[in-house]
Amino acid sequence: MSARLSGTLNCVRRSTAVRSTSSTTALRSNSQTWRRWQSISQRPGSDRVHFPGAVNSRFTTSLNFQGTSADSAMPTYRILDQDGIVVDRNRAPLDVTDDQALRWYKDMLTVSIMDNIMFEAQRQGRLSFYMVSAGEEGIAVGSAAALLPDDVIFAQYRETGVFQTRGFTLDDFMSQLFANKHDSGRARNMPVHYGSRKLNIHTISSPLATQIPQAAGAAYALKMQDAGNPDRPLDKRRVVACYFGEGAASEGDFHGALNIAATRSCPVIFICRNNGYAISTSTLEQYRGDGIASRGIGYGIDTIRVDGNDIFAVREATARAREMALRDGGKPVLIEAMSYRVSHHSTSDDSYAYRAKVEVEDWKRRDNPITRLRKWMENKGVWDEAKEQEARSRIRKEVLGAFAKAEKEKRPPLRAMFEDVYAEMTEEAEGQVQQLKDVLKRYPNEYDLGDYDGGLDGLEKKPR
Amino acid sequence: MTARCSRSLQCLSIFARSTKSKVAPHRTYSSAAPANARLNLPVDFSSTPILHQSSKSILANPELPESVRKNSKTTRTNLFQAVNSALRHALSTDDRVLLFGEDVAFGGVFRCSMNLSTDFGSERVFNTPLCEQAIVGFAIGCAAEGMKPVAEIQFADYVYPAFDQLVNEAAKMRYRAGGTGMDCGGMVVRMPTGSVGHGALYHSQSPESLFTHIPGLRVIIPRSPSQAKGLLLAAIASPDPVIFMEPKVLYRAAVEQVPNDPYTLPLDKADILKTGQDITVISYGTPLYHCSNAIEAAEKDFGVSCELIDLRTIYPWDRKTVLESVSKTGRAIVVHESMVNAGVGAEVAATIQEGAFLRLEAPVQRVCGWSTHMGMAYEKFNIPDVVRIYDSIRKVAHY
Repeated sequence: MSARLSGTLNCVRRSTAVRSTSSTTALRSNSQTWRRWQSISQRPGSDRVHFPGAVNSRFTTSLNFQGTSADSAMPTYRILDQDGIVVDRNRAPLDVTDDQALRWYKDMLTVSIMDNIMFEAQRQGRLSFYMVSAGEEGIAVGSAAALLPDDVIFAQYRETGVFQTRGFTLDDFMSQLFANKHDSGRARNMPVHYGSRKLNIHTISSPLATQIPQAAGAAYALKMQDAGNPDRPLDKRRVVACYFGEGAASEGDFHGALNIAATRSCPVIFICRNNGYAISTSTLEQYRGDGIASRGIGYGIDTIRVDGNDIFAVREATARAREMALRDGGKPVLIEAMSYRVSHHSTSDDSYAYRAKVEVEDWKRRDNPITRLRKWMENKGVWDEAKEQEARSRIRKEVLGAFAKAEKEKRPPLRAMFEDVYAEMTEEAEGQVQQLKDVLKRYPNEYDLGDYDGGLDGLEKKPR
Repeated sequence: MTARCSRSLQCLSIFARSTKSKVAPHRTYSSAAPANARLNLPVDFSSTPILHQSSKSILANPELPESVRKNSKTTRTNLFQAVNSALRHALSTDDRVLLFGEDVAFGGVFRCSMNLSTDFGSERVFNTPLCEQAIVGFAIGCAAEGMKPVAEIQFADYVYPAFDQLVNEAAKMRYRAGGTGMDCGGMVVRMPTGSVGHGALYHSQSPESLFTHIPGLRVIIPRSPSQAKGLLLAAIASPDPVIFMEPKVLYRAAVEQVPNDPYTLPLDKADILKTGQDITVISYGTPLYHCSNAIEAAEKDFGVSCELIDLRTIYPWDRKTVLESVSKTGRAIVVHESMVNAGVGAEVAATIQEGAFLRLEAPVQRVCGWSTHMGMAYEKFNIPDVVRIYDSIRKVAHY
C-alpha cells in the first residue's frame, strides 16, 4: 500500500514536471478533433462530403441497407484442434514451455476439482451458494497467463481460474466461500465474490456489467499514472482486463463502457465469455447480431473472436491485445472467447429445465479446454494417465484440507457489519451498534453469537 | 430578431401605460411578484443575511482556518465562479484530480469548468460521451485506482441512469472489498440541482433524498459561493464518495465575498445561520433564502424568535446540532424543495420526534414540494415559498 502511494505521489510530481509533454499530446488530440470539424464543406467534384459525424463516407446512389448474414460471421481464432494438435503446421512454434503448460493445466484442474467439491458442499447445505466455471477454465487461465501481475482485473463471477492463476490460494478461496474471519471481504459477500488488492483484482459484485465502465476508468487512471512515470518501460506499463458474459453485454453499462473506453483511448482489454447462455436465456434471445465481437467494430475497437476452449489461442490473443492496448498512447481491445457453459448457471439453477442433457453431455465429452490441453501434453509426452491420477488425488486432498480448515473458523467480529461503510464509522452507526448490543444482551437465547469472533464483545471498537 | 424584440418591448410598454389598451398583452414566461405582495417578493441577494456581503463578515467565520481569516483577500464571487475556483485549486495542487462529464471541456453549460481544460490539459479536463452510467462507472474505476475524479452530471434530473453505479457500486465498494482496502473514496459526483424558475420536469428536480437512503455516500448541498468552495474542496479531499449538489438557480444569483485562499469546511456539521429561542427552522440550499425572508416577516408580525439551521451535509447529517436546537426551542419546521413524501424532512422530523419528544410543544412541520412533478407553469405554487414558510411559523407559534 505504501509502495503504491509513493508511486502515485511520484507520478504526481513527475507529471507536473512533464506537463509540457502531456499538453503536446493534448494539442495533438485536439488537432485531430479540429480536423474532423474544419473540413465540413464539400470540395467540388468530391465523391464524399465531410459530415462531422462521419468524416470519410462515400456517397452512393444505390439504396442498400447494410445487413448481417450468418455466412459473414467473424472467424474464430484457434491454435489447437479438438485433439490437441496445432492446426496450422506453418505457424511459428508455440512460445509455450512444458512447465508453463503444466502449470496452466494444473490451474484449470484445480478450479475444476474445487468446483465439483464446492458444488456438492452446497448441495449438502454447507455452503449458501456456488458457481462453477466448467467449460470456461481455459478462458480464465489462458487470459490471466498473458497478463502481468501489475495489470488490474475486473471480473464478473465465473473467472475463478483468473484468481487461481494470479495466486489466490485455496485458503483464500475457502475463507471467502465460508465467510469466515480470514475472508478478505470480511464475510460480507455471497460466495464466489472474490477480490484481492494484493493480486490487483477488484472485488466481484453481483450487478452485471457494472465493472465494465469501471474498468475503462481504471485503465484511464493507469494510463495517466504510467505516463507520468517515464521510468516505467513501455512493455511494463499496465493495462486493465475486464471479464463479462455475453448476457451482461446486453446491459447499458457495456455500451457506455466500450464507447467511453474508445473515446478516451483507455488501455483496457474487454474479454467476453460467450458461453451460449445467460441463466436460461440462449443467445438467440440475447442478440441478433454476430455475437459480441461484431459490436466492437462499431465502437472503433479492434476486436477478435477466439476459441475459448483453446487455452493457447486465448493466451496468444490476450498477449497480443495487451501489446495493442498500450500502443499509440493506449486503446481498448475486445476479445470474444467462445465456449459452452457446461454447468448449471449456479447452485440455484437446474439447467435441464431449459436445455437438453444430451447437448451438455456432448460438449463435456467432445470439447473442453482441460481435455484439449491434456491431449496436447500427452502428444508431447509430458503427461500421462498416472500423472493425471496423481495430480487429481493430490489436488482433491488439498482442496478438502482447506475446506475442512475454513469451515471450522469463526466469522469476523460482529462490528464488521457496520465498519467500512464510510472510511470512519459515523455517529449514527455507533448509535446503532449500541442499539444492537442492547437487544443482543437482553435476548441472549434468541441469537447464536458463538459463530462470531469475540461474541458480543466483537461489537466493541478495537484498535485496528 | 432585434425588430421582433423591440416591437414586443414597445407593446409591453403600451400595456404598462394603460391596462385598458386594445393591444393584446404579451405574456412573458415568468412574472414578477403581484403588486400587493408583501411576503413573496424576489430574494434580494444584495442584502440577504444568508450571504457575506462584506469581506469582514466572511473572514469572521470561525470555521475558516486561522491563516485564511488573517491573511486571505476576498473577491465578490458567484456560485459558479466559486465552484470553478475550488476545481482550479484542486487541479493545480493534486495531479490525481480529473474533471469530466458532458460538455465540461468548453467550460460547462453552467460555466463551472471555464478555462480548466485549457489550463490543465485535455487529458485531465475532458468531455465524455453522453452516457451517465458510463460517466459514473468511469469515475468509480478511476478512483479505485488511486485518482481523484470529479464527475459532472449535467442536471441532477439525469442522474438516474447512473443510479445503479452510485447505489450498488460506489456506495458499497469499500464495504464489500473489506480488508483488501479497495475503495472509490476519491470520487465526487457534482450535479446542478433544484428549481430554476422554468426548468419544468427535467431541469428542476432535487433527488437528494434518494441518495440519503444509501449508506456509503455523502450528500452535500451548499447554500452559497463561500460554502460551495469550502465544501467542494472538502468533498474532493474526502475518503468517501460524495454526491455534491449545486443549486443551479444560485449559480449566478448568489454573489458574496469569498476568500481567495483555499479552505475546506466540515462535511459533517450543520451551520446555525441565525440563533433564536422559539422555533427551529431547518433547511438547506436555495430555500434557506426564503426561510430567511419568512423568519424576518414572522418575527416582526408574531413576535417570535426563530433559529435557522443549514443542514449543509444532507447525509450523514448533523443530528446533534438539530436536536440541541429543538431541545431549546421546542418547535421545528423542516423546509425543502423536493417532494414531502419520504423526503429529507421525514428523516429529520422522525429524528426530532425520537430525540426531543419531551421538549416538543408542537408537531414538527414539513414545508416542502407537493407530491407531484414540477409542471412548467406551476413552479411558484410547488416550491416552499416565503408565504408557506411564514404560514408554517404562524401555525407552529400558535399551536
